[in-house]
Amino acid sequence: MNLHELQVVAAEANAKANAQKRCVRVCMAASCQSSGAGGVLKGLKSLASSDADHDVCVKGVGCMGLCSAGPLVRVSSADDTPDRLYQHVQEKDAKELFASVDDGPVERLACSTDLPFFTRQKRIVLENSGEIDPEQIDDYIAAGGYEPLVRAVTEMAPYDVLRNVTESGLRGRGGGGYPAGLKWTTVARSPEPDKYVICNADEGDPGAFMDRAVLESDPHRVLEGMALAAYAVGAQYGYIYIRAEYPLAVERLEKAIKQATKRGLLGHHICDTPFSFEVEIRLGAGAFVCGEETALIASIEGQRGQPNPRPPYPADEGLWGCPTLINNVETLANIPAIMREGGEWFRSIGTESSAGTKVFALAGRITHTGLIEVPMGITLREIIEEIGGGIPEGRKFKAVQTGGPSGGCLPEEHLDMPVDYDTLRSAGSIMGSGGMIVMDETSSMVEVARYFMEFCMTESCGKCVPCRAGTAQMYELLDKIATSTGTPADLQLLEQLCEVVQACSLCGLGQTAPNPVLSTLRYFRHEYGEKLRPDPLLQPVAAERNGK
Amino acid sequence: MGYLRLKQPVALPPPDDDKRWKIIDVTMRRNGYSGHALIETLHKVQDCFGFLDDVALRYVARSLRLPLSKVYGVATFYHLFTLKPQGEHTCVICTGTACYIKGANDLVDGVHERYHAKPGQTTGDHKLSVLSARCLGACGLAPAAVVDGKMLGKQAADALLAEIEKAIE
Amino acid sequence: MARHPATPAAAPKVRVVTLKIDGHDIGAREDETILNAANDNGIRIPTLCYLEGLSEWGACRMCVVEVAGSPKLMTACSTRVAEGMEVTTNSDRLQRYRRTILELLFAERNHICSVCVSNGHCELQSLARACGMDHVRVPYRNAAYAVDSSHDLFRIDQNRCILCTRCVRVCDEIEGAHTWDVMGRGVDSQVITDLNQPWGQSTSCTGCSKCVQVCPTGALVKKGTAAGEMEKQGGFLPYLTEMRGNR
Repeated sequence: MNLHELQVVAAEANAKANAQKRCVRVCMAASCQSSGAGGVLKGLKSLASSDADHDVCVKGVGCMGLCSAGPLVRVSSADDTPDRLYQHVQEKDAKELFASVDDGPVERLACSTDLPFFTRQKRIVLENSGEIDPEQIDDYIAAGGYEPLVRAVTEMAPYDVLRNVTESGLRGRGGGGYPAGLKWTTVARSPEPDKYVICNADEGDPGAFMDRAVLESDPHRVLEGMALAAYAVGAQYGYIYIRAEYPLAVERLEKAIKQATKRGLLGHHICDTPFSFEVEIRLGAGAFVCGEETALIASIEGQRGQPNPRPPYPADEGLWGCPTLINNVETLANIPAIMREGGEWFRSIGTESSAGTKVFALAGRITHTGLIEVPMGITLREIIEEIGGGIPEGRKFKAVQTGGPSGGCLPEEHLDMPVDYDTLRSAGSIMGSGGMIVMDETSSMVEVARYFMEFCMTESCGKCVPCRAGTAQMYELLDKIATSTGTPADLQLLEQLCEVVQACSLCGLGQTAPNPVLSTLRYFRHEYGEKLRPDPLLQPVAAERNGK
Repeated sequence: MGYLRLKQPVALPPPDDDKRWKIIDVTMRRNGYSGHALIETLHKVQDCFGFLDDVALRYVARSLRLPLSKVYGVATFYHLFTLKPQGEHTCVICTGTACYIKGANDLVDGVHERYHAKPGQTTGDHKLSVLSARCLGACGLAPAAVVDGKMLGKQAADALLAEIEKAIE
Repeated sequence: MARHPATPAAAPKVRVVTLKIDGHDIGAREDETILNAANDNGIRIPTLCYLEGLSEWGACRMCVVEVAGSPKLMTACSTRVAEGMEVTTNSDRLQRYRRTILELLFAERNHICSVCVSNGHCELQSLARACGMDHVRVPYRNAAYAVDSSHDLFRIDQNRCILCTRCVRVCDEIEGAHTWDVMGRGVDSQVITDLNQPWGQSTSCTGCSKCVQVCPTGALVKKGTAAGEMEKQGGFLPYLTEMRGNR
C-alpha cells in the first residue's frame, strides 16, 4: 500500500460516513460493556438494519471517558446540530434513542457535553477514542491514521523520525519520565543487526486503566507508533507485552495486527520498501514486577519475571541480548501525532520540562470517575475540582494518590501545584503511569500506606533481600501501627527500613516501595502519632493481664 | 536460552488420549518448541484444563526441553497460574486502589462469611473459587467483581452474594 | 538466569582504565567489575550471593557501593569499572545499610547458630561478625519450613536458606543438571528440586554435591554432620571454570 492507495481508502470511508444522516456511537470499552453496552449496541444495530432509509450508522467505539456514567451513547448528525450524549443507557432504551434521530432528544438520559470534564481536556492520545470503531482499520485510516507511517517509510530517513521525536521533548509515560528521544537514539546508534521494539502494556498499577482504554479504543495507533519506532531505531521485530487480565484489549490488538498485516502496513516490506516489521503479542500472567524493563524481558524469554541489575540497560543488551527499545503504550500512542504535526507542535503543549499531554485515570472518592487527557502543567485542583467535579456526598478532600504503589499521597496544600514530572517528584510523589485516586476524610492514611505495602510485599519478586524481607517487615510494622499496637520505636524502625529498602533494592519496585509510607509520614504524620501506644515497656504486661 | 535450536524438534506423544493435548501441541509447534514459549504454553494448558498438574508440567517440560524445576518455578511465580483445580464457579474480587477506597474489603469479608473461602481458596464442595485481582481496570465502577466472567460494577456485599447464588444455582 | 560474565578470551582488545576505590588509585581492565578490581587490590567488599566462577546475580545487595556522580548505589559484583570512576566501599551509610540487610536476613528465617552444623564455617555468620551486626532489631518472622532428608547423602534445611541461588546457578551452569530452581515469589520463595518433590526422588540430580559445597549457610549440608562440623569446600569452582574456559 502506498500513500495514494491509503488516501483513497480514507476518502472512500469518509464519503461513506458523510452519506449517512446520523451516526450513533456506543461506547464498547470494558467499563461500559460490563454495564450492558453490548445489549444497547445490538438493539440499535438491529433497528438500523430494519430501518427503511438505511441512513443511520450505528457503531461500537472506544472509551468516551466518563466511565461512571456508562453505558454512554453519542448521537451526531451530518448537519450542524450539536452532538447529543446519553448516559446510563440500557437495552430497553434503544428504541427511544433510535427514534430520537427524528423525534428530538431524550431528555431523560441526556448527559451534558458542556461539563468541564469534557471541555477542559486536550486530546492527543485519545483523539480517536470514542470516535472510531477500534475493530475497523478503515475507520482509523479515515481519521488520518497510518499516513505518518507511510510517509515516514517512503519519504523520510530513520534519522528524521528520530529527530522529530527528540525535538518533541516527549518523556516516557510509563512512570520514569526518561526522554524518549534519548532512549531511541541509544538503540538506533547500536551497530548490532538484530534489534527489538517492545510495547509495555503490563499496566499493573492498581487504579490505573489508561493503557487498557487506549488499546481497547485505538489499537492501530499503538501499532503505528511501534512501527514508527522500529523504523527509527532499525528493528525488525516487536512484542506487545500485555496483561492477561485485559482480554478485550488482547482481542482487539490481535484483530488490529491481522488487519494491518493484510493491508501491508505491518509485516514484510511495508509499502514495498525494504523495511519489515512484525509484531507479536505476549501475555503477562499476573506479576506487577514485569512492568520493570528487565523483568519484562525475562518474562518474554519465558522465565521467572525477575529483574536484573542495570547496567547493562535494555537499550544496549535487552531481549536475547539484543538492543531493545521498551516504551509504554501511551508513549507510543503519542508518536503518530508527533510525526503528523511535528515535534515543535508537541513541544508547545504542556510545560518546559514536560511536553505534551498526560492521560489520567480518575478514580476513588470523586464525582466523575473516568479517563481524562490534560496538558501537562494543569493544577491538581483543576483536575479534581473542575474536571472531576469535586468530592461527592459533601465530604472534604483529604489526599490524592498519584503513581500507584510507587507514588505518594499529596494533601490539600499541594493542590495548586502544576502537574509535571519534576514538581510531583519534588513533592514526594511521582507521575507514574497516570492513576489518580482521590481520598476523602473517611480514608485513614496509615491504612492506605499499609494497603500499598501489602501490595508491594505480595508483588515483590523475592530476588533481592531488601525488597523481599524489607517489605514484609515494613508491612508488619504498618499493620501494628494501623491496629493501634505499635510503639514509637516501631515507627522509628519503619523509617529506618524505608531508607534501606529505598537505597539498596535492585529494581524500581523495591526502590519506590517506601514512597507511600514516606509521603504519608511527610504530610500526615499526626495520623501515625495518634495510633501509637505511648509506653512500650508496659504493654506486654498489660496485655498478659488482660488475657487472664 | 532456547533461541537457537540445533536439532529439529519433534512432538512427543501426549500423556494420554485427551484431545486437548493437541491444542497445546499446536501452541508449542507454532513457537518452534523453543523454551521461551513456556509462559504461552502454560497459559494454553490452563485454558484447556483449568489448572496445571504434574502430568501437564512434565509434558510441557519435556516437549520444550526445559528442566522440571524451571517449569515449576515459572508456574509458581506468576499469580494467574494455579496448580490446584478450581471450583465450578469463580468469583474474582478486585482489590485495586479505587476498589479498596470504595470498600472492596466488605466484599471479601461478605463472601468469606457466607462461603468460608478467602481469596485464593475454593469451597470444600468445589462449587466456588474465590480470587482477588490486583486491578481489573474498571476503576470507574469501583468496587468491582467478576462472577463467571461477568463483570459487575458498583457492588455491595449483598448484591454480589445474590449474583454468586444465582450463578451456583 | 543472569547473564554470564564477559569472558576475557572473547574480547581480544581490552583497554585498561584507572579509577579510585576508597581513595586508592587503581588500574583495571575495562571489562572487570568493581568487585574484582577491589579484590585484586586488597580492598574487601562484603558479598553473599556472589561466587567467583558463577554468573552474577546481584541480589543480596551486600556489595553495594557509592559511585561519585550516581545518585543510586551500585552493586560492585555487577558494575563494570570505568575511566575516572570514584568508588566508596565502606562509608558509614553503607555499613549501616549492610547491617540492616543482614538483620533482615537473620530475621527472615531461622538462623540459630549454636545448633547449626555450619556454626563457625558459615558465611552469613562471619559476615555478621565482620559488619558488626551484633543484634537484630526487626522482629523474627518465625515461619517454620520443612527439612528434607530424603537424599541419601545430603540434607536441605529451608530454615537456613537465604535464597542466594548459588545452588541453582552451580547446578545449572557448572553441573548442567538444573535440578534446583526457585518457586513462588516474594517472602514465599523457596528453592526446590524438580517439581517441588523430595530431593531423594529427583530424577535430574546427579549427586555431585556442588550445591552443598557452594551453599554459604547450613541450608545444604552433608548428612551425618553434627553442630559445627559442616565445612564447605568451595575451592573447586574457580578451578573448574578456568579448566572449562581453556578447553
